[in-house]
Amino acid sequence: MHELSITQSILEISLRHAAQANAIQIVDIFLVIGEYSSILDESVQFYWETIAQGTIAEHARLHFQRVPAEMTCLDCSFVFCPVEGAFICPQCLSPRVKISKGDEFRVESINIE
Amino acid sequence: MVKSVPIIENIMHANDRLAQENRALLDKAGVFAINIMASPGAGKTTFILKTLDSVHGSLRMGVIEGDIASSIDADKAVAAGLPAVQINTGGDCHLDAVMISNALAVLPLNDLDLVIVENVGNLICPASFALGTHINVLIASIPEGDDKPYKYPGMYRGVQALVISKIDLLPYVQFNMDYFRQGVEILNPGLVTFPVSAKTGEGMDDWAAWLLAQVGSK
Repeated sequence: MHELSITQSILEISLRHAAQANAIQIVDIFLVIGEYSSILDESVQFYWETIAQGTIAEHARLHFQRVPAEMTCLDCSFVFCPVEGAFICPQCLSPRVKISKGDEFRVESINIE
Repeated sequence: MVKSVPIIENIMHANDRLAQENRALLDKAGVFAINIMASPGAGKTTFILKTLDSVHGSLRMGVIEGDIASSIDADKAVAAGLPAVQINTGGDCHLDAVMISNALAVLPLNDLDLVIVENVGNLICPASFALGTHINVLIASIPEGDDKPYKYPGMYRGVQALVISKIDLLPYVQFNMDYFRQGVEILNPGLVTFPVSAKTGEGMDDWAAWLLAQVGSK
Protein backbone atom coordinates (compact mmCIF):
# COMPACT_ATOMS: atom_id res chain seq x y z
CA MET A 1 0.00 0.00 0.00
CA HIS A 2 3.03 2.18 0.52
CA GLU A 3 3.31 2.78 -3.24
CA LEU A 4 0.09 4.82 -3.39
CA SER A 5 1.44 7.62 -1.19
CA ILE A 6 4.76 7.48 -3.04
CA THR A 7 2.96 7.79 -6.39
CA GLN A 8 0.92 10.75 -5.15
CA SER A 9 4.14 12.42 -4.08
CA ILE A 10 5.75 11.83 -7.51
CA LEU A 11 2.68 13.34 -9.19
CA GLU A 12 2.65 16.36 -6.88
CA ILE A 13 6.34 17.09 -7.47
CA SER A 14 6.02 16.66 -11.25
CA LEU A 15 2.91 18.85 -11.57
CA ARG A 16 4.43 21.59 -9.43
CA HIS A 17 7.59 21.81 -11.54
CA ALA A 18 5.62 21.51 -14.79
CA ALA A 19 3.37 24.43 -13.77
CA GLN A 20 6.42 26.56 -12.97
CA ALA A 21 7.72 25.85 -16.49
CA ASN A 22 4.29 26.61 -18.06
CA ALA A 23 3.97 23.10 -19.47
CA ILE A 24 0.87 22.01 -21.33
CA GLN A 25 1.80 18.36 -21.02
CA ILE A 26 4.28 16.16 -19.16
CA VAL A 27 5.77 13.63 -21.58
CA ASP A 28 8.32 11.76 -19.44
CA ILE A 29 9.18 11.51 -15.76
CA PHE A 30 12.63 10.23 -14.79
CA LEU A 31 12.98 8.64 -11.36
CA VAL A 32 16.15 7.49 -9.64
CA ILE A 33 15.49 4.71 -7.13
CA GLY A 34 18.15 2.97 -5.05
CA GLU A 35 18.02 -0.74 -4.30
CA TYR A 36 17.47 0.00 -0.59
CA SER A 37 14.45 2.20 -1.33
CA SER A 38 11.69 -0.32 -1.15
CA ILE A 39 9.18 0.33 -3.91
CA LEU A 40 7.91 -1.76 -6.78
CA ASP A 41 7.97 -0.15 -10.22
CA GLU A 42 4.87 -2.05 -11.33
CA SER A 43 2.82 -0.83 -8.36
CA VAL A 44 3.78 2.80 -8.95
CA GLN A 45 2.84 2.40 -12.62
CA PHE A 46 -0.46 0.80 -11.61
CA TYR A 47 -1.43 3.64 -9.24
CA TRP A 48 -0.16 6.23 -11.71
CA GLU A 49 -2.73 5.25 -14.31
CA THR A 50 -5.50 6.02 -11.81
CA ILE A 51 -4.28 9.11 -9.99
CA ALA A 52 -2.75 10.97 -12.95
CA GLN A 53 -6.01 10.86 -14.89
CA GLY A 54 -7.33 14.30 -15.76
CA THR A 55 -3.98 16.01 -15.13
CA ILE A 56 -1.37 17.16 -17.63
CA ALA A 57 0.69 14.15 -16.52
CA GLU A 58 -1.98 11.70 -17.65
CA HIS A 59 0.03 10.40 -20.61
CA ALA A 60 3.49 10.74 -19.07
CA ARG A 61 5.81 7.75 -19.28
CA LEU A 62 7.52 6.80 -16.04
CA HIS A 63 11.19 5.86 -16.32
CA PHE A 64 12.81 4.07 -13.40
CA GLN A 65 16.55 4.23 -13.13
CA ARG A 66 17.51 1.63 -10.53
CA VAL A 67 20.73 2.17 -8.59
CA PRO A 68 22.19 -1.08 -7.25
CA ALA A 69 23.41 -1.17 -3.67
CA GLU A 70 27.11 -0.63 -3.31
CA MET A 71 29.40 -0.97 -0.33
CA THR A 72 32.84 0.43 0.35
CA CYS A 73 35.37 -1.31 2.59
CA LEU A 74 36.61 1.02 5.33
CA ASP A 75 39.89 -0.89 5.59
CA CYS A 76 41.02 -1.38 1.97
CA SER A 77 38.61 1.04 0.16
CA PHE A 78 37.44 -1.75 -2.16
CA VAL A 79 34.02 -1.02 -3.67
CA PHE A 80 31.68 -3.98 -4.18
CA CYS A 81 28.07 -5.08 -4.55
CA PRO A 82 26.88 -6.80 -1.37
CA VAL A 83 25.64 -10.37 -1.60
CA GLU A 84 22.63 -11.35 0.46
CA GLY A 85 23.29 -12.37 4.04
CA ALA A 86 26.95 -11.31 4.15
CA PHE A 87 28.25 -7.76 4.46
CA ILE A 88 31.95 -8.55 4.21
CA CYS A 89 34.62 -7.11 1.92
CA PRO A 90 35.35 -9.78 -0.71
CA GLN A 91 38.91 -8.48 -1.14
CA CYS A 92 40.31 -8.25 2.42
CA LEU A 93 37.44 -10.03 4.26
CA SER A 94 36.99 -7.07 6.63
CA PRO A 95 33.51 -6.70 8.17
CA ARG A 96 34.08 -2.93 8.46
CA VAL A 97 32.14 -1.72 5.43
CA LYS A 98 29.76 1.13 4.75
CA ILE A 99 26.85 1.46 2.36
CA SER A 100 27.85 3.94 -0.33
CA LYS A 101 24.96 3.62 -2.83
CA GLY A 102 21.38 2.38 -2.83
CA ASP A 103 19.45 5.03 -0.87
CA GLU A 104 18.52 7.17 -3.88
CA PHE A 105 14.85 8.13 -4.06
CA ARG A 106 14.17 11.18 -6.18
CA VAL A 107 12.48 12.72 -9.19
CA GLU A 108 15.45 13.54 -11.39
CA SER A 109 13.80 15.43 -14.24
CA ILE A 110 10.74 15.68 -16.47
CA ASN A 111 10.24 16.22 -20.18
CA ILE A 112 7.44 18.65 -20.95
CA GLU A 113 5.71 20.21 -23.94
CA MET B 1 8.63 20.79 -28.74
CA VAL B 2 9.81 18.67 -25.83
CA LYS B 3 11.86 20.42 -23.18
CA SER B 4 13.70 18.82 -20.28
CA VAL B 5 13.22 20.29 -16.79
CA PRO B 6 15.74 19.23 -14.12
CA ILE B 7 14.13 18.61 -10.73
CA ILE B 8 16.27 16.45 -8.39
CA GLU B 9 13.72 16.50 -5.57
CA ASN B 10 13.43 13.77 -2.97
CA ILE B 11 10.14 11.93 -3.32
CA MET B 12 9.67 12.02 0.46
CA HIS B 13 9.97 15.81 0.54
CA ALA B 14 6.34 16.60 1.50
CA ASN B 15 6.34 14.05 4.33
CA ASP B 16 9.71 15.24 5.58
CA ARG B 17 8.52 18.84 5.67
CA LEU B 18 5.46 17.96 7.75
CA ALA B 19 7.65 15.82 10.02
CA GLN B 20 9.71 18.95 10.72
CA GLU B 21 6.51 20.79 11.69
CA ASN B 22 5.62 17.94 14.07
CA ARG B 23 9.06 18.20 15.63
CA ALA B 24 8.68 21.95 16.11
CA LEU B 25 5.30 21.42 17.80
CA LEU B 26 6.78 18.81 20.16
CA ASP B 27 9.76 21.01 20.99
CA LYS B 28 7.53 23.99 21.72
CA ALA B 29 5.53 21.88 24.19
CA GLY B 30 8.72 20.44 25.69
CA VAL B 31 7.77 16.90 24.76
CA PHE B 32 10.27 14.19 23.77
CA ALA B 33 8.93 11.68 21.26
CA ILE B 34 10.14 8.26 20.19
CA ASN B 35 9.01 6.14 17.27
CA ILE B 36 9.02 2.43 18.05
CA MET B 37 9.19 0.11 15.07
CA ALA B 38 9.23 -3.69 14.88
CA SER B 39 7.68 -6.64 13.13
CA PRO B 40 4.19 -7.75 14.21
CA GLY B 41 4.41 -9.75 17.42
CA ALA B 42 7.83 -8.48 18.51
CA GLY B 43 6.26 -7.29 21.76
CA LYS B 44 5.95 -3.56 21.12
CA THR B 45 2.85 -2.91 23.22
CA THR B 46 4.03 -5.02 26.17
CA PHE B 47 7.42 -3.32 26.03
CA ILE B 48 5.80 0.14 26.01
CA LEU B 49 3.60 -0.70 29.00
CA LYS B 50 6.63 -2.07 30.88
CA THR B 51 8.49 1.12 30.01
CA LEU B 52 5.64 3.06 31.60
CA ASP B 53 6.14 1.05 34.81
CA SER B 54 9.85 1.92 34.74
CA VAL B 55 9.53 5.67 34.16
CA HIS B 56 6.31 6.20 36.14
CA GLY B 57 6.84 8.96 38.67
CA SER B 58 9.68 10.50 36.62
CA LEU B 59 7.91 11.22 33.34
CA ARG B 60 4.38 11.92 32.18
CA MET B 61 3.85 9.67 29.18
CA GLY B 62 1.34 9.44 26.34
CA VAL B 63 1.10 7.02 23.45
CA ILE B 64 0.08 7.01 19.80
CA GLU B 65 -0.84 3.54 18.60
CA GLY B 66 -0.67 2.72 14.90
CA ASP B 67 -2.44 -0.34 13.52
CA ILE B 68 -4.15 -1.37 10.32
CA ALA B 69 -7.36 -1.90 12.33
CA SER B 70 -8.76 -2.20 15.88
CA SER B 71 -8.19 -0.21 19.07
CA ILE B 72 -6.80 -3.16 21.07
CA ASP B 73 -3.45 -1.47 21.71
CA ALA B 74 -4.85 1.94 22.66
CA ASP B 75 -7.38 0.25 24.95
CA LYS B 76 -4.51 -1.44 26.79
CA ALA B 77 -2.72 1.90 27.16
CA VAL B 78 -5.88 3.64 28.41
CA ALA B 79 -6.44 0.79 30.88
CA ALA B 80 -2.91 1.48 32.15
CA GLY B 81 -3.91 5.11 32.72
CA LEU B 82 -2.17 6.64 29.70
CA PRO B 83 -3.46 9.35 27.38
CA ALA B 84 -3.65 7.40 24.12
CA VAL B 85 -4.62 7.95 20.50
CA GLN B 86 -5.32 5.06 18.18
CA ILE B 87 -4.58 5.56 14.50
CA ASN B 88 -6.13 3.03 12.16
CA THR B 89 -4.32 3.26 8.85
CA GLY B 90 -7.01 1.27 7.04
CA GLY B 91 -4.52 -0.83 5.14
CA ASP B 92 -1.51 1.46 4.98
CA CYS B 93 1.59 -0.36 6.13
CA HIS B 94 3.15 2.52 8.06
CA LEU B 95 2.44 5.74 9.94
CA ASP B 96 3.29 8.98 8.19
CA ALA B 97 3.78 12.58 9.28
CA VAL B 98 0.17 13.55 8.44
CA MET B 99 -1.24 10.90 10.78
CA ILE B 100 1.11 11.97 13.58
CA SER B 101 0.18 15.61 13.07
CA ASN B 102 -3.51 14.72 13.56
CA ALA B 103 -2.75 12.57 16.61
CA LEU B 104 -0.60 15.26 18.27
CA ALA B 105 -3.52 17.67 17.99
CA VAL B 106 -5.57 15.33 20.20
CA LEU B 107 -2.97 14.60 22.91
CA PRO B 108 -2.63 16.97 25.91
CA LEU B 109 0.95 17.85 24.99
CA ASN B 110 1.36 20.51 27.66
CA ASP B 111 0.77 17.87 30.34
CA LEU B 112 3.27 15.37 28.91
CA ASP B 113 7.04 14.84 28.92
CA LEU B 114 7.23 11.82 26.64
CA VAL B 115 5.18 10.52 23.72
CA ILE B 116 5.79 6.99 22.49
CA VAL B 117 4.59 6.26 18.98
CA GLU B 118 3.99 2.59 18.27
CA ASN B 119 4.31 2.21 14.53
CA VAL B 120 2.51 -0.39 12.42
CA GLY B 121 4.14 -3.80 12.80
CA ASN B 122 6.35 -3.95 9.69
CA LEU B 123 10.10 -3.99 9.06
CA ILE B 124 10.01 -2.29 5.67
CA CYS B 125 7.83 0.75 5.08
CA PRO B 126 7.97 2.60 8.45
CA ALA B 127 11.70 3.17 7.90
CA SER B 128 10.95 5.41 4.90
CA PHE B 129 8.53 7.81 6.59
CA ALA B 130 9.89 10.39 9.03
CA LEU B 131 7.33 11.32 11.70
CA GLY B 132 9.06 14.18 13.50
CA THR B 133 9.90 12.11 16.58
CA HIS B 134 13.29 12.71 18.21
CA ILE B 135 14.55 9.15 18.04
CA ASN B 136 13.65 5.93 16.26
CA VAL B 137 13.86 2.69 18.20
CA LEU B 138 13.72 -0.79 16.71
CA ILE B 139 12.62 -3.81 18.70
CA ALA B 140 14.02 -7.09 17.39
CA SER B 141 12.68 -10.16 19.18
CA ILE B 142 14.67 -13.35 19.53
CA PRO B 143 12.11 -15.67 17.86
CA GLU B 144 12.26 -13.61 14.64
CA GLY B 145 15.72 -14.99 13.96
CA ASP B 146 19.28 -13.69 13.75
CA ASP B 147 19.24 -12.88 10.01
CA LYS B 148 16.87 -9.90 10.15
CA PRO B 149 19.54 -7.16 9.85
CA TYR B 150 20.65 -8.75 6.57
CA LYS B 151 17.11 -9.03 5.25
CA TYR B 152 15.80 -5.62 6.34
CA PRO B 153 18.82 -3.30 6.17
CA GLY B 154 16.76 -0.11 5.77
CA MET B 155 15.10 -0.58 9.12
CA TYR B 156 18.34 -1.26 10.97
CA ARG B 157 20.05 1.77 9.45
CA GLY B 158 17.51 4.38 10.47
CA VAL B 159 17.35 3.85 14.23
CA GLN B 160 19.15 5.40 17.22
CA ALA B 161 18.59 2.47 19.59
CA LEU B 162 17.94 -1.25 19.27
CA VAL B 163 16.01 -3.27 21.81
CA ILE B 164 16.61 -7.02 21.60
CA SER B 165 13.46 -8.39 23.19
CA LYS B 166 12.28 -11.73 24.58
CA ILE B 167 15.81 -12.71 25.63
CA ASP B 168 14.22 -15.12 28.11
CA LEU B 169 13.60 -17.29 25.01
CA LEU B 170 17.30 -17.56 24.07
CA PRO B 171 17.70 -21.09 25.53
CA TYR B 172 14.81 -22.36 23.40
CA VAL B 173 15.49 -20.96 19.91
CA GLN B 174 18.37 -20.99 17.45
CA PHE B 175 19.74 -17.46 17.55
CA ASN B 176 23.39 -16.67 16.83
CA MET B 177 23.91 -13.39 18.70
CA ASP B 178 27.35 -12.79 17.13
CA TYR B 179 25.98 -13.13 13.59
CA PHE B 180 23.04 -10.86 14.48
CA ARG B 181 25.26 -8.21 16.09
CA GLN B 182 27.73 -8.25 13.18
CA GLY B 183 24.91 -7.40 10.77
CA VAL B 184 23.73 -4.60 13.04
CA GLU B 185 27.25 -3.19 13.42
CA ILE B 186 27.77 -2.92 9.66
CA LEU B 187 24.44 -1.23 9.06
CA ASN B 188 24.58 1.05 12.08
CA PRO B 189 28.06 1.25 13.65
CA GLY B 190 28.10 1.81 17.40
CA LEU B 191 24.31 1.51 17.75
CA VAL B 192 23.27 1.37 21.40
CA THR B 193 21.48 -1.92 22.16
CA PHE B 194 19.35 -3.11 25.07
CA PRO B 195 18.79 -6.85 25.48
CA VAL B 196 15.58 -7.10 27.52
CA SER B 197 12.82 -9.38 28.63
CA ALA B 198 9.61 -7.47 29.29
CA LYS B 199 8.33 -10.67 30.87
CA THR B 200 11.03 -11.11 33.53
CA GLY B 201 11.99 -7.42 33.66
CA GLU B 202 15.64 -8.21 32.80
CA GLY B 203 17.37 -5.26 31.13
CA MET B 204 14.41 -2.89 31.52
CA ASP B 205 16.25 -0.73 34.09
CA ASP B 206 19.11 -0.04 31.67
CA TRP B 207 16.68 0.90 28.93
CA ALA B 208 14.66 3.17 31.25
CA ALA B 209 17.81 4.89 32.52
CA TRP B 210 18.97 5.56 28.95
CA LEU B 211 15.52 6.85 27.97
CA LEU B 212 15.39 9.20 30.98
CA ALA B 213 18.83 10.53 30.03
CA GLN B 214 17.66 11.14 26.44
CA VAL B 215 14.56 13.02 27.61
CA GLY B 216 16.62 14.98 30.12
CA SER B 217 19.31 15.98 27.62
CA LYS B 218 16.84 17.41 25.13
